Amino acid sequence: MATITRSKKPVAVNPLKQSPPLGAALAFLGLKGIVPLFHGSQGCTAFAKVLLVRHFREAIPLATTAMTEVSTVLGGEDNIEQAILTLVEKAQPQLLGLLTTGLMETRGDDMHGILKSIRQRHPELDGLPIIFASTPDYKGALQEGYAAAVQAIVTTDYGTPETTEVDPKQVTILAGSLLGPGDVAEIKEIVAAFGLTPLMIPDLSESVDGHLDDDYNSITPGGTSLQELQQLARSRFTIVMGESLRPSAIALQEKFGTEFAVFPNLAGLSAVDAFLWQLAQLASPTPQIPAKYQRQRRQLQDAILDTHFYLGGKKVAVALEPDLLYQTATMLQQMGIEIQSAITTYKSPILKELPCENVLIGDLEDLEDVATGADLIITNSQGKRLADKLHIPLYRMGYPIYDRLGNGSRCLVGYRGTMQFLFDLGNIFIELGH
Amino acid sequence: MTKPKVADLLNEPGCEHNHKKGENGKNKACTQQAKPGAAQGGCAFDGASIALVPITDAAHLVHGPIACAGNSWGSRGSLSSDATLYQLGFTTDISENDIIMGCEKKLYRAIAQIIDRYNPAAVFVYSTCVTALIGDDLDAVCKAAKAKFNTPIIPVHSPGFVGSKNLGNRLAGEALLDHVIGTAEPEYTTPYDINLIGEYNIAGELWGVLPLFEKVGIRVLSKISGDATYGEICYAHRAKLNVMICSKALVNVGRKMEERYGIPYIEESFYGIADMNRCLRNVAAKFGDRALQDRVEEVIAEETEKLNIALAPYRQRLKGKRMVLYTGGVKSWSIVSAAQDLGMEVAATSTKKSTEEDKAKIKELLGKDGIMLSKGNAQELLRVIEKTNADMLVAGGRNQYTALKARVPFLDINQERHNPYAGYVGLVEMAKEFDRVLHSPIWEQVRQPAPWE
Repeated sequence: MATITRSKKPVAVNPLKQSPPLGAALAFLGLKGIVPLFHGSQGCTAFAKVLLVRHFREAIPLATTAMTEVSTVLGGEDNIEQAILTLVEKAQPQLLGLLTTGLMETRGDDMHGILKSIRQRHPELDGLPIIFASTPDYKGALQEGYAAAVQAIVTTDYGTPETTEVDPKQVTILAGSLLGPGDVAEIKEIVAAFGLTPLMIPDLSESVDGHLDDDYNSITPGGTSLQELQQLARSRFTIVMGESLRPSAIALQEKFGTEFAVFPNLAGLSAVDAFLWQLAQLASPTPQIPAKYQRQRRQLQDAILDTHFYLGGKKVAVALEPDLLYQTATMLQQMGIEIQSAITTYKSPILKELPCENVLIGDLEDLEDVATGADLIITNSQGKRLADKLHIPLYRMGYPIYDRLGNGSRCLVGYRGTMQFLFDLGNIFIELGH
Repeated sequence: MTKPKVADLLNEPGCEHNHKKGENGKNKACTQQAKPGAAQGGCAFDGASIALVPITDAAHLVHGPIACAGNSWGSRGSLSSDATLYQLGFTTDISENDIIMGCEKKLYRAIAQIIDRYNPAAVFVYSTCVTALIGDDLDAVCKAAKAKFNTPIIPVHSPGFVGSKNLGNRLAGEALLDHVIGTAEPEYTTPYDINLIGEYNIAGELWGVLPLFEKVGIRVLSKISGDATYGEICYAHRAKLNVMICSKALVNVGRKMEERYGIPYIEESFYGIADMNRCLRNVAAKFGDRALQDRVEEVIAEETEKLNIALAPYRQRLKGKRMVLYTGGVKSWSIVSAAQDLGMEVAATSTKKSTEEDKAKIKELLGKDGIMLSKGNAQELLRVIEKTNADMLVAGGRNQYTALKARVPFLDINQERHNPYAGYVGLVEMAKEFDRVLHSPIWEQVRQPAPWE
């Protein structure tokens, strides 16, 4: 049980947070044929784009309503309309993801009213779902924006499917912001190995995984498609990955009656065990685990034995968003590592479950103040400066990661990903001669 | 920011764009508003940060919600030879509650805390869309804090929604003119003091050029603002000449310093042999000192000889290679000249942000077959590369993946890059990069079809 404290400072120094609109855009990028559209000034899009491009080393399609001082005063309807029409003409998207920013939330545009009147004026947009998420910059961080977008994705109406009959093999997977594209790919492979069909919301593994297409894309080249979204009603069960997406599962339950289970973490032996057992029970009345994963489980146990010499008794300072912090800290604790300090971005019900005494909602200056004495720091690339200053090695997780390659394929969940994580950490300590 | 001031900056008479006004009396390029429905470049706040964050011993405090600083801090490519304070990200990170209650007190306390802990030479405070919209009085807070803490606190009125990155540069320039330049005196002056304006020491470029000035006996008094200290900008008004580098962006600073302090300015570039030579010659000519001009000729002769030896192997390998260039303003021709120094051809270049003067130079450099691109979205760039059968794209980081995803070799020329290309040493660096990129064995692999295709 952890006590949650909030930094009382009037200034954030070296913020750990990114903005909620960026998180929402990220979630939208896991849908096929979409362009996330920021309702704000051009800079809101430009900064988010630069960050995502540098993190994934990919072209990222993002657009702006390009609000100016004057249009802000007058209201954004014209700009939204023009932006949507331009995107439809130039990029022919199958879906649009519209999200607000701090500027437009402060101004207070009536987004639902605006969208309604644009639809009335433009019946040609009838076949184009516009997924709308309200994401003021001043409330929350990346994870909260991502969760708001997922909520918008599952509550948007995509038209009536041919049948709403439940498909006994289809399982909706709500993939939280703690999962990168490589993690999502691993989860899909695991689910499919049980003979189930995963309906991923969203699916970053087919858009920002880093692959070379034949043609230039001005919309996302892959991800969950409109046709798949229309099948949401048919899932027999929802698996939620990350506490932050629980409200989306509740929304699905209210809308379609789909039962759900929340898995706050997908790494570490017992967490993966629980996930696989859930899948086995969904797959068959006589639950069985595929031989491949039984084997991987034994490999992970062996890896735990091999790495515990290097990891046991170590102290680690962790600064990550709530869901990823919980997953990481829990796994570390299970290896006999002490959470020397924990910093996060925003409040969340999962924080009190953390395996440490305190967690601070703060920034990287706070981390710098408390990390002295830690054997390792885990945070994003922005922690490099303080890690160097304190002479403590840095293991990069979260967003952004600018100075490491492979963010599109890195996998740290499942038995295999857990093994990778343990080896990565063990190797750091071996290198240092600890 | 008052409206008249923004209008003034957009109509900056020092800017070549304004010499060819449209029908309504306004130029096109500077007032260009972003268009809804596209991905656009940075906003005015971005531009102001680009121009001021290189001041290394100052704290840069962003007054706004998390998006403005949280998504961007620490990602600028300006290098420092000493202080590192500029690399830290400071923001008031305003919350919903702050917006309801007002954030001026919070801003004041933020400044107090930064001064207490980091003892900065100055604090630059940037307004953003939200804090401008709710009407926070930035000037009043900065003034009160300055009086209380006896530290320069400079308000920068740069809400993103007033315009583009370019306008933001100028807004930053205004902040320097209003609050910084002319507020202190240098320890001593020399007859050969110059300022470099609009050079941000990306990837350490300045360090390839400063030794040249030193060698000929010219002192760089203030750099605005690459690898600058706050102090050196305060006494920039004592220079004898302003040298504007590769950008119209801070042209208001040059022009207004001429007005206020009688300092003439010239516009130069550090890219390529021809431009670097011309820069040194023009600076020396402005001083009109024979001995200085002779020293410049000596340095040019010496550097050119060294350069010819260093470039010989690259020139052989790069001869006839063709590039499409997509960048802005002065770089649209200065890089052309650098490429031609290496024996390469420029098949097309962008003129989107270029002035009439820039365009004339481009025409002269490219000859009749050169293509001038007035727009350049990703598809358009790829079309031109294909049409001209170019070997590579040279552009800003934004277009890196446009090229790579089309399996086209790419070199980054803008502010996020990691290699310094300025001056004579920079040209060797550029040649090395061109060679490395163009002759890499990877292109064959990424273009190779699978055996089953």
